[in-house]
Parts: sequence; structure tokens; C-alpha cells
Amino acid sequence: MNWQPDAALQVVRERARVYLQIRAFFNNRGYLEVDTPILMPATSTDVHIGSLELSCAGRRLFLQTSPEYAMKRLLAAGSGSIFQIGHAFREDERGRLHNPEFSLLEWYREGYDYQQLMDEMELLITSLSLRQCDFSRITYRQLFRQSLDLVIDDICLTRLRAECSRRIPGCESQELDFDQCLDLLLAVVIAPGMRGYQFVYDYPLSQAGLARVSASDASVAERFELFYDGVELANGFSELTDASQQRARFESDNLARAQKGLPRYDIDELLLAALSHGLEECAGVALGLDRLLMVLLNLDSIDQVLTFRA
Amino acid sequence: MASYSTNEFRGGLKIMLDGDPCSIIENEFVKPGKGQAFNRVKIRNLKTGRVLDKTFKSGESVEGADVIDTEMQYLYNDGEFWHFMDPVSYEQQAADANAVGDARLWLKAQDHCEVTLYNGSPIGVTPPNFVELEITDTDPGLKGDTAQGGTKPATLETGAVVKVPLFLEIGEQIKVDTRSGDYMSRVKK
Repeated sequence: MNWQPDAALQVVRERARVYLQIRAFFNNRGYLEVDTPILMPATSTDVHIGSLELSCAGRRLFLQTSPEYAMKRLLAAGSGSIFQIGHAFREDERGRLHNPEFSLLEWYREGYDYQQLMDEMELLITSLSLRQCDFSRITYRQLFRQSLDLVIDDICLTRLRAECSRRIPGCESQELDFDQCLDLLLAVVIAPGMRGYQFVYDYPLSQAGLARVSASDASVAERFELFYDGVELANGFSELTDASQQRARFESDNLARAQKGLPRYDIDELLLAALSHGLEECAGVALGLDRLLMVLLNLDSIDQVLTFRA
Repeated sequence: MASYSTNEFRGGLKIMLDGDPCSIIENEFVKPGKGQAFNRVKIRNLKTGRVLDKTFKSGESVEGADVIDTEMQYLYNDGEFWHFMDPVSYEQQAADANAVGDARLWLKAQDHCEVTLYNGSPIGVTPPNFVELEITDTDPGLKGDTAQGGTKPATLETGAVVKVPLFLEIGEQIKVDTRSGDYMSRVKK
């Protein structure tokens, strides 16, 4: 029986160093460290995120897929800018870059928008890497144009499906919807060609998540992701603070869930009540710490940074 | 037959694809954090031996294939079929040239090999990784050439032709790696 850890002890020590440095970085910048529950009565309605649930004393509880809702309730209660290091859980995610339980650093900065938050992320990652890092930024739209010569605003679903079939061997794309085609092209064709630290921003509205609609272009959301050599490290937003828009997105998530035969989750009314009470304009981001460690240590598989994989 | 969801995919799993039994060689899970998950798999068609790529939306299900790999003893070839026997049940199976494929070059009576059965009939034969076979034809040996590292073709008792060192003679036994067809060593009797 192999009871030994999956990660080398040197990796375990490196994680400790990174966590110390993260805490110093945020403490120096006036953030408050918080600790929100992993087990809560509501969960994300996101169509592509599956929640693990359990029953406890007759109640249905969910392992949190991210600490976002709880942290926003703290913000609405007046916490000021906050950060958290914790674990998150997602059903059925297992692979070279996925483990159903993983570590997240999530932070919210009051008064920032997503571009300012990207600036702050650059500072954090440079300080953790202990060397100068180069970052580039590109819009989602421009990324598709540059990598695949595709203008995603003009293309029809039939042509987009044809692009998937042409570029990806063994891909039967006739059942994919527009966003699934974009997801597939990004993950399989574009990402492997990306180099260095690259921010992709201004996602299509259909992929807004909990980001607000851009003030300058109503067809995109103020959402960004950070990649390193094509490995997705972080996802951030200028946060949507409008409770009624947020409710509409949750409801449309649940409609899409029903169409796909997925479980429907009750909307987190406590989050919506907090938003109605008032959330300061802020930007927030979640950074996958397991993958960040992989990048910092030049490792190929998430298993190499987990003490014990699932 | 049971069906399998993509999250049960792993190397070696046997599934039906377009009516043919296939074996999964590699399974890669890809998922943008907030997007659709996919399984990209490399699959071998067990009937044709061809390797193909396939992309599934995660959560899809595919039918399992009634395929088992079983160890059997090779008995003889009657000109059309290669006959194998289960060493436990003594049950016999006849495999045609299509099923035996290149394995025919390494099959020696009494040797054990792996026979792949689909719905109870052979569709593939995998020889042992190493076999010991007699040289039945080769140019005369060149004494004193052992250090030169030169090679010559030699025909073995099964009909396979492999490159062997110059000093080997007709009638000698050699050990061959069946995966590469490389000569490994001389077998002292």
C-alpha cells in the first residue's frame, strides 16, 4: 500500500512559502483575511459547474464550488476589501489539471474594476515568482480573431460547428451550441498555443458569470481570465452588484439546467438580499493555487502538487 | 451490456463506437473553468486496429463492448484458422487471419498468448512480449565477427525475419522482442 503523499515534500514546503507570501501581500495592502464555510445551504446555479451535496441533520447542504456568495455577503455587511485561501469542490472534475477538491485564493477589492484588479494580480504573481514576469492582455474577441481568424460576432452557428469539426479530429459538433463550440475551440485549439502569462478579457455576455455588463460595449461582460502557457489560472469580474439582474441570471441558469436535464438549484436568496441591501462597486477574482504551484514549479500534473489526490 | 459515462473513461475500457468494439488508449479531461467539459480520447478500433481521436461532451454515455482479454495456449494452424485453447476449461477457439494479424509471425505451438474475444469470438491476438524461436535459415556464420556489431537477416521457424548478429547459425535458438521485432539474445540450450 502506498501511503506516501502524491506531492514531493519540496512541493509541500513551496506551498507553505507561497501561502505566507500571499498573506503578507494582502495584509500589506489593507485586506482583511476571512474564512467562510465550505458547507452551505445554497450553491452555484452555473450550468457547467456541478455541486457535491450531502445531507446533515435533515438539511441538504452543498460543498461550495467557490466562496463567492459568502464573501459577497461579507462585503455587503461592510467588511471592506477581503481575501481568502480555502478549498472548493466541483463534481466530476478529474484530469491532468482537475481534482474534485482544489485550493483557491479569492479576493475582492472595493473601488476597483477588472482592469485594476488585473494590475494587482500582476504584482502578486510577480512577487510570488521571485522574478520579473511578462504579462499580456487580449480581448476574447481579438484572441479568436488572432488565433483562428474567426470573427465571433459575425459567425453563424453552422459555420462555427464546421470550424470545430475541421480543426478537432473526431469532433461531432452538430449537437454543440454556440458557447460550447467557443469553449471547445478555446480549450483544445487556442490554449495550447498560448505562451506566458496572458489575460483574456471582455467575455461574450452569454459567458458573463457574475460579471457586470461593460459600460463601453453592451455585447461583452467585464470578465477576465488569466492563463499561463494556456493553463487557466484565474477568473475575475467587475462584480455585478445589481440584485435584479443577478436574479435574472440565476433564473436563466436554472432554465438552461432544466433543458439539459441537470438538477435545478434553489436560488441563493440570502445573496440576493445582500445585493439588494447594497454592495459597493468592486472587482473580485479566484486564482487556482494548485495550478499556480504547478506553474511556479514547472510541473505537468495537478497530482504533483496535491498532498493526497482524490 | 452496461453503458459508461465519460467520467468512467480510462485506459483499457472497452466501448462500442459506430458499431465496432474499441479500446480506450488515452483519456484527457478538458474544461474551461466556467465552460463545457469535454473528454478527448484516443481509441483503438479492435477490429481494424486503427487508432482514432474522438471528442465527447462530458456526461455523455456510450455502450460498453463485450470484450475480454483471455490467456490461451496456441495449438496449431490448419491453413485457414489458428487454433487456441483455454488452459483451464480446455475450450478451443479458432481465429482467422484478420484476428491473428501480425501475431502470426510469433506464434509457436504450446506458447501462451492473449486472445481478445468479442461476443465470445476472437478478434485479436497479442503474443508474449518475448518469444524464443529457432533460426531456420540465414547466411553462414562469420567466426570472429562478434565484436563488429554487424547484422544479417535470419528466418525463424514461424516465418518471421529478424536482424541477428553475424555469428549466429541455422538451428540456434534466439530470444526476440515481439513488440519491436528486435533480436535480444542467443538462448543457450
